Amino acid sequence: MQDSLKSSSYQQLEQKSKYTNMFLRWFLYFILILFASYFIFPLYVMVVTSLKTMEEIRQGTLLSWPSGLNLESWAVAWGGRGYGAGDTFLRPYFWNSIKMVVPAVFFSTFIGAMTGYVLTKWRFKGDQWVFLFLLFGCFIPFQAILLPMARTLGVLGISNSVIGLVLVHTVYGIPFTTLFFRNYYISVPTELVKAARIDGAGFFKIFFKILLPISAPIIVVTVIWQFTQIWNDFLFGSTFSFGEAAPIQVALNNMVLSSTSVKEYNVDMASAIIAGIPTLIVYVLAGKYFIRGLTSGAVKG
Amino acid sequence: MFRWLEKNLPKIVMAPAVGLIGWFVYGFVLWTLYISFTNSKILPKYELWGFGQYEKLWASRKWLIAVDNLLIFTALFLIFCVVIGIILAIFLDQKIRAEGLLRTIYLYPMALSFIVTGTAWKWILNPTLGIQKMFRDWGFENFTFDWLVDREMAIYTIVIAGVWQSAGFVMALFLAGLRSVEDEIVKAAKIDGASLFTVYWKILLPMMRPVFFTSFVILVHISIKSYDLIVALTQGGPGISTTMPALYMTQTAFHKSQVGLSAASAMMMFMAVAAVIIPYLYSELRRENAR
Repeated sequence: MQDSLKSSSYQQLEQKSKYTNMFLRWFLYFILILFASYFIFPLYVMVVTSLKTMEEIRQGTLLSWPSGLNLESWAVAWGGRGYGAGDTFLRPYFWNSIKMVVPAVFFSTFIGAMTGYVLTKWRFKGDQWVFLFLLFGCFIPFQAILLPMARTLGVLGISNSVIGLVLVHTVYGIPFTTLFFRNYYISVPTELVKAARIDGAGFFKIFFKILLPISAPIIVVTVIWQFTQIWNDFLFGSTFSFGEAAPIQVALNNMVLSSTSVKEYNVDMASAIIAGIPTLIVYVLAGKYFIRGLTSGAVKG
Repeated sequence: MFRWLEKNLPKIVMAPAVGLIGWFVYGFVLWTLYISFTNSKILPKYELWGFGQYEKLWASRKWLIAVDNLLIFTALFLIFCVVIGIILAIFLDQKIRAEGLLRTIYLYPMALSFIVTGTAWKWILNPTLGIQKMFRDWGFENFTFDWLVDREMAIYTIVIAGVWQSAGFVMALFLAGLRSVEDEIVKAAKIDGASLFTVYWKILLPMMRPVFFTSFVILVHISIKSYDLIVALTQGGPGISTTMPALYMTQTAFHKSQVGLSAASAMMMFMAVAAVIIPYLYSELRRENAR
């Protein structure tokens, strides 16, 4: 009798805590979903707006669903309307960005791999200071180098050109790529390298035969980081280039700001998505590596 | 000769990186520092002029507005990013369904450029067709949300967009931090009768001190340099009400051709960043050496 009483009150208690638990669970999911909608909201608005006609935009609200798959604003954003002057569209600038990103990512990653390799496997006196010397480049606000950089590019005759931007992005990428590779190679056992040296392998042979084959993860992290940074850069692009040599972010900004008669928000939104889609794809496909780069290189000048 | 080359090969391989950084980082910063002490206008002049540019800078109303805005923005940006980041991280840590999907959603803005972010938010916040119209169409006739064109409030729109872009990143940092804590600690506390709230408030969050520190440094660093977002969202307007130091620097240099003055503003930014970064680097190095 007493036993069953005890167990029933215990069950009551259990039941009660189950209810509070369930309530807490619901609350948890409610908050998480609330924030998820805050984060997804702008992307949703961008996509639906890009698919509407201007008429629909004026009549509906931000959230209203488009009447159909109206891809015209995408075509205009990418390829223009086909009349001459004042017709700005993203296609040529998209290619500018590609031409800028590919060599800049390649050179900065290669140089970073080499310096990271030397700093960890061919250590010399004072190498820590050299690392610190390079690392400092991660932190400077780029405003402090804009003026002399503009002059230098002028002297070299590559201001307002894709080549100039490749140089700028390569140089200011080196501190980050060095940081990534150095931190990765430092965990590779030095005995491997020592053994290879005793066997008579040289500097480059050791790098290409031993280090490079195990470097895939850090190469992916570095390439993604550099690609995202350079693709999304606006400060260098807008300072050192204009007109035809501009990269896509600069062109997007010019397109949105241009005060031609009627503001076409659908074209603006399509343009913004086009400018953002390469990095978004990389993020969705390789999120793990993207986040790893973020957490180790986020303090970017 | 060949032996020498072989022996010094590592250093030779290092040389380009060291040379490039030496020239393009250290050399350029020193050049900017020097120019900030001259009376350079369109073209740089090299005779020294003392602290004149700095006096001019701190007497300029626009610069004072820029610094003011920077302080407001940094404070709010920090608080909101950290609070939202921690809440999301703790909630996601409760064995949630679809955690991967939610994480992806919270963090995707980090993959976008500030120009894309600014363009999107400018459209959302514009009073004629954006949120304001949405609420009015839903029947809230008097609903007003015109911060974007309001001198007093425009700076807060930059906070909204900035937090949207960076809060997920703080979430990722804290989630990684929470996951690295031994399960045993939490279990032991629960056996002692601590509630979940106490476990987080009294045990886990205090253990996250390095993560707080890292987030602080990164967010302050982002906010001192914020440039793209302002260009895309407000161009410093209405008027000059949302000017920030980075925008002031480029405008003074490339539109007003006041090279000396803009160099002085760049050096002020440099010093602000150094004040945050040097203690950070120092503590990181000490931690690494202690290991």
